[in-house]
Amino acid sequence: MALGGTVPFIGLAFADVMFLILAAMMLGSGLMVVLARDIIRAGLAMIVCFAALAGLYVLLNAPLVAAAQVLVYIGAISVLILFAIMLTQTKAAPTRLVFQTQTGAAAIAAILLALVVAAAVGATDWGEVAARLATATDELARVLFRDYVLPFEVVSVLLLAAVIGAVYLAKREEGGPS
Amino acid sequence: MIDSLDAYLVLSALLFSIGTFGFLARRNAISMLMSIELMLNAVNLAIIAFGAFVPGLAVDASVIAIIVMAVAAAEATVGLAIVIAIFRNRRTPLVDEYDAMRR
Repeated sequence: MALGGTVPFIGLAFADVMFLILAAMMLGSGLMVVLARDIIRAGLAMIVCFAALAGLYVLLNAPLVAAAQVLVYIGAISVLILFAIMLTQTKAAPTRLVFQTQTGAAAIAAILLALVVAAAVGATDWGEVAARLATATDELARVLFRDYVLPFEVVSVLLLAAVIGAVYLAKREEGGPS
Repeated sequence: MIDSLDAYLVLSALLFSIGTFGFLARRNAISMLMSIELMLNAVNLAIIAFGAFVPGLAVDASVIAIIVMAVAAAEATVGLAIVIAIFRNRRTPLVDEYDAMRR
């Protein structure tokens, strides 16, 4: 997306400021997802994280993916997860102890992973890198339904199998427990 | 800053490691699934970033990202159904109390 001009008083380009705001929103709400004690708050923070990611996709000139992100993640998966949270809340469940005993080791592992990947990104020469390229939707449709038509069909079968499997798994059995 | 691939890739790495931490550290099974969603989103961000900066990859990256989203939706559906089925039997969403195979 071509955003011209600089923001007054800060001196950064407008697009840079957008990137910084979206990145901070994404990382902050992502941290809230894994750190919040209240799991409903974690689910709501996840929606904010997905929305910030959709904004980043727009900055990366992929508007169709941004729209799919809003529809699939914010519209469907978040609602699914919030429903699952509400179905699995028990009054007796301890509200303390949201973390396992291995939290320290997990934190060290995650920080090491971030450092290693960041170092690898910094050390790699990505070859010639163009300015952000635009993705035209009609071109995308042509590629999706011509070159990628087999993955597309496989995904449709996979979604059907997932729906049937989920209904079977979550169905209450006649005369079963509960 | 916005025109550097490295910035997006580092952002994606940070989100991925946040998801890793959540998956390893949380006790609630649904929190773990949410962390997996964060990790899938981080990978999607890296794919889209590569598509936006590497010539000749833009359209393929968008298609791959959309397919990853569909697979993530299938994963979330089945994962949450499994969690709900286990919750119905064990009455708890905490993974460290699922110890039937250890006793």
